[in-house]
Amino acid sequence: MAQAVYSERKFVVISIFIVAGFLFILRLFYIQIIDDSYLLSSNSNVRRHIPQYPARGLIYDRNGKLMVYNEATYDLMITPRLVKNIDTLELCRLIGIDLITFRDRILKAKEYSTYRSSVFEKQISKEAYGYLEEKLYKYPGFYVQPRTLRKYVKPSAAHTMGYIGEVSPLTCENNAYYKSGDYIGISGIEKSYETELRGIKGARIIMVDVFNREKGSFRNGKYDTVAVMGQSLYTTLDADLQEYGEMLMKNKRGSIVAIEPATGEILSLVSCPTYDPNLLVGRMRAHNYGELLKDSLKPLFNRAQMAQYPPGSTFKLVHALIGLEEGVLFPSTRYGCSMGYSFGSIHVGCHNHPAPVDLLQSIAISCNSYYCNVFRTLLDNNSVSNTSSGYQKWRDYALGFGFGSKFSTDLPNILGGFIPKNEYFDKYFGKNRWKFLTIISLSIGQGEILATPLQLANLSATIANRGYYVTPHIVKYVGDSKKAETRFSQVHKTKISKQNFEIVVEGMYQVVEAGTARAYKMDSLHVCGKTGTAQNPHGKDHSIFIAFAPKDNPKIAISVIVENAGFGATWAAPIAMLMIEKYLLKRINRPDVQERMITGSLIHEN
Amino acid sequence: MRTEKGIFYNIDWGLVLIYFLLVSIGLINIYAAVYNEEHGSILDFSQRYGKQVIWISSSFTLAIFILMIDPKLFSAFSFVFYGASMLLLIAVLLIGKTVSGSKSWIDLGGFDLQPSEFAKIAVNLAVAKYLSALNIRMEDMRTKITTMAIIGFPALLILLQDDTGSALVFSAFIFVLYREGLSGNILIILALIIVLFVVTLMVNKFVIVGLLFIAALFWFTMIKKNRKDIITLIGLFMLVAGFVMAVDYVFNNVLEAHQQERINVLIGKEVDLKGAGYNVNQSKIAIGSGRFIGKGFLHGTQTKFNFVPEQSTDFIFCTVGEEYGFVGSVIVIGLFIGLFYRLLNAAERQRSAFARIYGYGVASILFIHFVINIGMTLGLAPVIGIPLPFFSYGGSSLWAFTILLFIFVKMDAYRLQLL
Ligand SMILES: [Zn+2]
Repeated sequence: MAQAVYSERKFVVISIFIVAGFLFILRLFYIQIIDDSYLLSSNSNVRRHIPQYPARGLIYDRNGKLMVYNEATYDLMITPRLVKNIDTLELCRLIGIDLITFRDRILKAKEYSTYRSSVFEKQISKEAYGYLEEKLYKYPGFYVQPRTLRKYVKPSAAHTMGYIGEVSPLTCENNAYYKSGDYIGISGIEKSYETELRGIKGARIIMVDVFNREKGSFRNGKYDTVAVMGQSLYTTLDADLQEYGEMLMKNKRGSIVAIEPATGEILSLVSCPTYDPNLLVGRMRAHNYGELLKDSLKPLFNRAQMAQYPPGSTFKLVHALIGLEEGVLFPSTRYGCSMGYSFGSIHVGCHNHPAPVDLLQSIAISCNSYYCNVFRTLLDNNSVSNTSSGYQKWRDYALGFGFGSKFSTDLPNILGGFIPKNEYFDKYFGKNRWKFLTIISLSIGQGEILATPLQLANLSATIANRGYYVTPHIVKYVGDSKKAETRFSQVHKTKISKQNFEIVVEGMYQVVEAGTARAYKMDSLHVCGKTGTAQNPHGKDHSIFIAFAPKDNPKIAISVIVENAGFGATWAAPIAMLMIEKYLLKRINRPDVQERMITGSLIHEN
Repeated sequence: MRTEKGIFYNIDWGLVLIYFLLVSIGLINIYAAVYNEEHGSILDFSQRYGKQVIWISSSFTLAIFILMIDPKLFSAFSFVFYGASMLLLIAVLLIGKTVSGSKSWIDLGGFDLQPSEFAKIAVNLAVAKYLSALNIRMEDMRTKITTMAIIGFPALLILLQDDTGSALVFSAFIFVLYREGLSGNILIILALIIVLFVVTLMVNKFVIVGLLFIAALFWFTMIKKNRKDIITLIGLFMLVAGFVMAVDYVFNNVLEAHQQERINVLIGKEVDLKGAGYNVNQSKIAIGSGRFIGKGFLHGTQTKFNFVPEQSTDFIFCTVGEEYGFVGSVIVIGLFIGLFYRLLNAAERQRSAFARIYGYGVASILFIHFVINIGMTLGLAPVIGIPLPFFSYGGSSLWAFTILLFIFVKMDAYRLQLL
């Protein structure tokens, strides 16, 4: 009978059954214990991180006056697979787009993902949102996500504030914080203080089912994070002074930089022509940016910190200080001048003035011959073996004033001017083939040397401080607890003694009292200044003036450059004087000068 | 010595316990799979779990009813049941209604009956009856053909209903026939055919034929070069090569695109997460994401948020894997293997061939369901819609499995009363 004959076959059958079960357990072990990709897939199936955007930090001026704030705006989001039976025409009308754009965007959104949401229409105005909100229920698949937009109390300080824009794909890739569509500071302090200003994004984790329908929060919101608003910034700017400076510079090309000498705090940073920062906000940003970029006056160019000019006669102050310190120049040193300095075929012209002059007079009337002599003695004197080592020494002094390199400060995109190294001339003229006469134009601040308006203002501050400067910077406090920005409080000393500075200060005082800027002398204020003219091979020279006031215990140091305005005293000096008056006296005693400055237009005479 | 004992006399409580556990765990998982917060009560009869409670309690009633029947009746009426079942299968083809692609349901006024589920019982009874006859020897060709006909006829009818899965279940009888004396070589040859089939689809047919040719040459050098062996070798080579070519031809020229795709996804030639592979992928995600101890009761996100299709029926094992992890899955598999083991042991201890063959049939039918169903959820078997016994939601299948099992429980309890 079969029972007896084949009963051992039971073991074969049982073995097959057990092996099958064992194989399943092995398989389970693999997918449940070893391979963890299934858990990730499961999580990405059901969890959606909805970002919660924080408002960006507010920006104030040094006196707590609000300069930049936020305005609510709304992005219309779309989840393509949920869109059905909608009144396309009405929606188009509500958000103000045409049917073709509408179809393109639907296609684009579907291309991105049919079940994940993407932005359909950016930054709907508050008014449009009002209409839309009531009718949104009629548009399944669409929802509105609140965002914030920058708003500027006054249309000023555009370059300094900078602007924000959508983060680039590259940044997204390199920085895990940013996701496509996020905003990031692109220039100005929006860029340099991005981390402080942006705040911390929050995330609401929701669960969705297979149809991407929201199924409530994940673990009752236990893992949700709240958005933290960005920190406020208190800038060093004086909003009124900034605005006033921009008014004075209207229809001119140039810049004004004002610094509080003792602290290095930048009181105003004007670059003209400028633009209304509200233009680079919101939906019109790309369009307006393109227009500004095309503008021949280059309004986007931040002249105050990026334009580099020959410093002209303002640099005579540096020569004088180095000469005094090196002991090759004394207050009593006199040099003659017959309409300039001549040596062989080389001639550096000067204006008509009584000669010879001593040091104070040389500063007051800005004698070119005098500084040719000073620079010559610096390069060729007994203490230096040759021109090259004399120049080397001179250059080291000049660098001590902050020339020739960028300030490491909280302003992005600054340039550092140019003080050539010895090698530069070696390469240009050949080693030991250059001497004082070769580089004589440096005597009067022309030739190869270049400085930014910020560096010139810093020169003024250094002299006002009688020998040191604090790196110019733009932010005073961070956060509402007003944590002081101490990164830039370090004092940089020049290698020149205080008493030598006193002599030069006296000379600068004479500039305003009796010298080249005497037309703008004020009875109520002791202002020290120096005129300058930057030679411009492309057109009319640039007018330069640096100044500080009061003479004792100075509160403001300033540089003004007006391009194509000729001699320093004509435009730059009165503007600087008005700025000082405005800042120190809070009133203008000479409205006629103010009127002439505001209405004066130099923009078309090129 | 015929004494009337209580209906529970001498029954195998181990089998009953495993049955009860599987049905209960199944219910818990159906509850989790289709859980609806607004109808949270497990006795809410508008929901599948509420309905399953009805199926389960009616199954218990059926089980008790079967235990009250005189087991001699099963044997006596085997062919009657078989005949009735075949008539039902034919009736389905004529008046049946179509549910998810298969025309395998009869609407009995609000209650859908699936005759193919009950056909398994009838075929099992008929096979047991036929093979247990005194003059039947498995070795006879006549026996083989008759048995194949008993099994093949209903399988064919079910294939006509477009219910490939249920038809495939009848292959379970290969284990029964093997136990009753069918040559083991047939089992091996079947396994080889399946392997060759899969390999043919995965590798270029000419490569396989080439390899076969090399193997034949090698073999040729090993054998005594008498005429008979050479002819056998050549014949074998022609047969296998012909099979390979035929499989390739059928696959590429007879099967439709979606069938090809299904098979390709199964053997891993294609990865299609949107089409045929979607269900399996989501099923694997559900089970895989359960990790060691699972996400917990009602916390399976794959299940709860409907990422897994057919989650209360064919893919019910996903819920186990997701909510109870490796531990829970192994326990369920252990319960099934324990059930099979106990069934086979119980079958072997039967005095009557009829009861033994029937017992083997029960174990084999349940095993095939188990292998195909769980294999499918783990991505090891094709997506074939057959229920996991005692687990999956559904009245017909639960009733059928209960009847199938308890007929044997009754026979087993009665075994000592046979002479
Ligand atoms: Zn002169």
